[in-house]
Amino acid sequence: MIAAALSGLMLTTLAAGALLAVLNARRWLAGQAASVDLVGGLLALPQRYLGDVHHVVARKPYNALFHALVAGGFLASLPLILLAALPALRGWLLWTALALCLAVMLAGALMVGWRRGVARPSELSGGGFARLPFALLAYAVCLLIVAVDQLAGEALPQTISLTLVAIGALAAADLILGVGRGPLKHALNGALHLIAHPRPARFHHGTRDTAIRALDLTGQKLGTERPVDFAWNRLLGFDACVQCGRCETVCPAYAAELPLNPKKIIQDIAAALDPAATDRAYAGHHHPGRSPGEAHGGRLLPLVGAGAMIHPDTLWSCTTCRACVEECPMMIEHVDAVIDLRRFETLERGATPGKAALALEELRAADNPSGRPASQRIEWAADLALPLIADRGECDILLWLGDAAFDMRGQRSLRALIELLRRAGVDFAVLGADELDCGDLARRLGDEATFQDFARRNIALLGRYRFNRILTNDPHVLHVLRKEYPSFGGRYTVVHHTALLLELIEAGRLAPRGSGRSVTFHDPCYLGRYNGEIEAPRRLLDALGLERIEMERSGLRSSCCGGGGGAPLTDVAGKKRIPDIRMDHARATGAERVAVGCPNCTIMLEGVTGKRPAVADIAELMLEAVA
Amino acid sequence: MPSVAVLLSVGRHPASGRARRAPLDARALEMAFSLPNAAVHAIHAGNPDEPALRDYLGMGMERLTVLSIPRDGDPVPALTAHLEQLSPDMVLCGSRAEGGEDSGMVPYLIAHALGYAMVADIAAVSASAATATLTQALPRGRRRLIETGLPVVATVNTAAPAPRQSSFGRARRGVIDILAADAPPDTLADQCEIRPWRPRPKRMRLAAAASAADRLKAMTETRSGEGAVMIQPSPEEAARAIYAYLVEKRIIGDGS
Repeated sequence: MIAAALSGLMLTTLAAGALLAVLNARRWLAGQAASVDLVGGLLALPQRYLGDVHHVVARKPYNALFHALVAGGFLASLPLILLAALPALRGWLLWTALALCLAVMLAGALMVGWRRGVARPSELSGGGFARLPFALLAYAVCLLIVAVDQLAGEALPQTISLTLVAIGALAAADLILGVGRGPLKHALNGALHLIAHPRPARFHHGTRDTAIRALDLTGQKLGTERPVDFAWNRLLGFDACVQCGRCETVCPAYAAELPLNPKKIIQDIAAALDPAATDRAYAGHHHPGRSPGEAHGGRLLPLVGAGAMIHPDTLWSCTTCRACVEECPMMIEHVDAVIDLRRFETLERGATPGKAALALEELRAADNPSGRPASQRIEWAADLALPLIADRGECDILLWLGDAAFDMRGQRSLRALIELLRRAGVDFAVLGADELDCGDLARRLGDEATFQDFARRNIALLGRYRFNRILTNDPHVLHVLRKEYPSFGGRYTVVHHTALLLELIEAGRLAPRGSGRSVTFHDPCYLGRYNGEIEAPRRLLDALGLERIEMERSGLRSSCCGGGGGAPLTDVAGKKRIPDIRMDHARATGAERVAVGCPNCTIMLEGVTGKRPAVADIAELMLEAVA
Repeated sequence: MPSVAVLLSVGRHPASGRARRAPLDARALEMAFSLPNAAVHAIHAGNPDEPALRDYLGMGMERLTVLSIPRDGDPVPALTAHLEQLSPDMVLCGSRAEGGEDSGMVPYLIAHALGYAMVADIAAVSASAATATLTQALPRGRRRLIETGLPVVATVNTAAPAPRQSSFGRARRGVIDILAADAPPDTLADQCEIRPWRPRPKRMRLAAAASAADRLKAMTETRSGEGAVMIQPSPEEAARAIYAYLVEKRIIGDGS
């Protein structure tokens, strides 16, 4: 009687849950068509869920443990309860197994309760999530008692047992019916998202799939305006967000109180899939400086606008540093969403804010963002008599000067690098005045048309010469040339100056002498997170005989200087400045100097006022050490 | 509903020399957009295949009329004839363009030919049924309010609001209407040498002043009546004079 009631109620709940999940799926299925390898994704699901996702979750071992206990116990209990529908199977074996599963789940549920109720991290969302530990505990406790009672030969009065079954079933309903919309949707939507992930290559070990996808410029509408303009599997990804808030703890814009919380921007898009959507139900931290109820939308309404789901200031606060993507246990691609929305704002609405619109206009008319004569890219180096590849036709290393060549601080770093190349006898040449902007800025600001124009012209230019590798001291150039030009037919071996300098030391062509001074290394986002190069700069600093102290956040989980994604040009105001926050991290190490490997980082960090460690490019540090 | 004709020329980027929207003409178009309920007609006289014209369409115009005339033709007769037919309440253009004959006398000649009032260098505009109130920008930030009857030709100053961004999507969708037009050869331009303007080089001075204000003054003030005028000196003479100047101003040492 008890067993039949239990399995009957559970079967009904599961059926209702399945129906609701199908109804809910219609929200994200409204998106655009996408070519998805569903079979491959399904086969890869165990590895993606138990390997890749677990790897991120396990950065907090406590969280990994309670997930394993709760999910394991809960999922194992479901089939056992359904089996109890068959009278022949109702024996001590079944009830013992069920009791064990529920005991495991109970341990996990207590841990969940502790995390949500006692040691609650502030980045967690409340709202429907607040019920989660109660539902888990009610389910585990009530049904555990029922299972034990069955083992003991139904010692409890039947009314109490039936009440326990009812409470347990109610809790199960809360959990299962919530699979589509509630706290547990990361279990179902998360699994589906991992199957149909828009960037399946990111799960291949050793590749960092970070290149922005090219946009078809002949399309009807360029970029993403409304929720339904996203592909369905991307909407599914946004809908898989469980609001754990790990992204908000690492977002540099959020830390500086610019009006951007990456968790909220994903929720804004997911919430907009509902008719007459608002953000009232959202119970996490807001975009700083904005309050709930200001956002309105729907799946056929524009996502970005003053009263829309996403305020333009929110969209343009992002530095595209990918810290949120790196941190997201659900493998959501926040930066791709930002770029797609920016594309519509720039290409269709002409609404790029601040000085960014002017920079784009200059890029189109003069091939550099400040509208300077092309000859200025090399005039500062008149005394260095740089060899031009146009005169020679070929060289071993083609040195890409980049936008830093227009800036006096950048010129200092380039001089140091060139001096080192000369001392090591490297056969190098430059494009000089023929060099164009690489297009990074245009692409991050959503101006795909200008980016593609640069890509094609640079590829045509590079095609005229023979060289083995391209060398750059700007990770943005490195990323674009290495990872984003291949889809336009340009395939190059691109090397960052830290990697090449390390090579020169290891080959014995440069012999630095150690000074023992202390230094901390600031990883550039586009070198570390975008390209996975975090070892070479460190080995180089060690080879220079410097005492290397790591910042609280370093390597792949480094924190942005605020200089990426055109953020210095869109210049959205916050309470603090992003570089000030990063410099605080550097100060905390007590290191004498901050070593950088990106001209943008140099400018941002040197712009920090007050007492601070000096900022030096690694090439400058190395030149000191070999002098 | 006032009807506004905006004359748009093809600009030239000062550093790259590439064609672009002319900044002041773009401001004129922006000003036309700012007039409530105005019917805006965008007009260019020149080559209809010039890609830079799409920069104007990218600002949100659905159509742009191009009076197709040859490169060395005088645009004024074609523009005058077209405007006479259109009879707008207001004609706007930049007070200075970036390509030879686009600049200078064009708005004055058109106003003269059509018998319209002419106001130069405006920074803001508002219009009623029969009159327009124009804010004229004068040197040193002064402004003069001008009340004028319609129609009027006005040129737009750098003090006017900056033009909106030109978007790729709108530029791509905009339509260029091509009208054939007559253009007599420009006999004056034939006799002139046209070359890009470049800023006059500034003399370098070392400022050995005590305060920041003094240094700023030394950097910005211009003194006249110093030194000697050398007309077509030989390279050696010129080099000696520059060297002597740099030594005198202590920008470089005298080698001792």
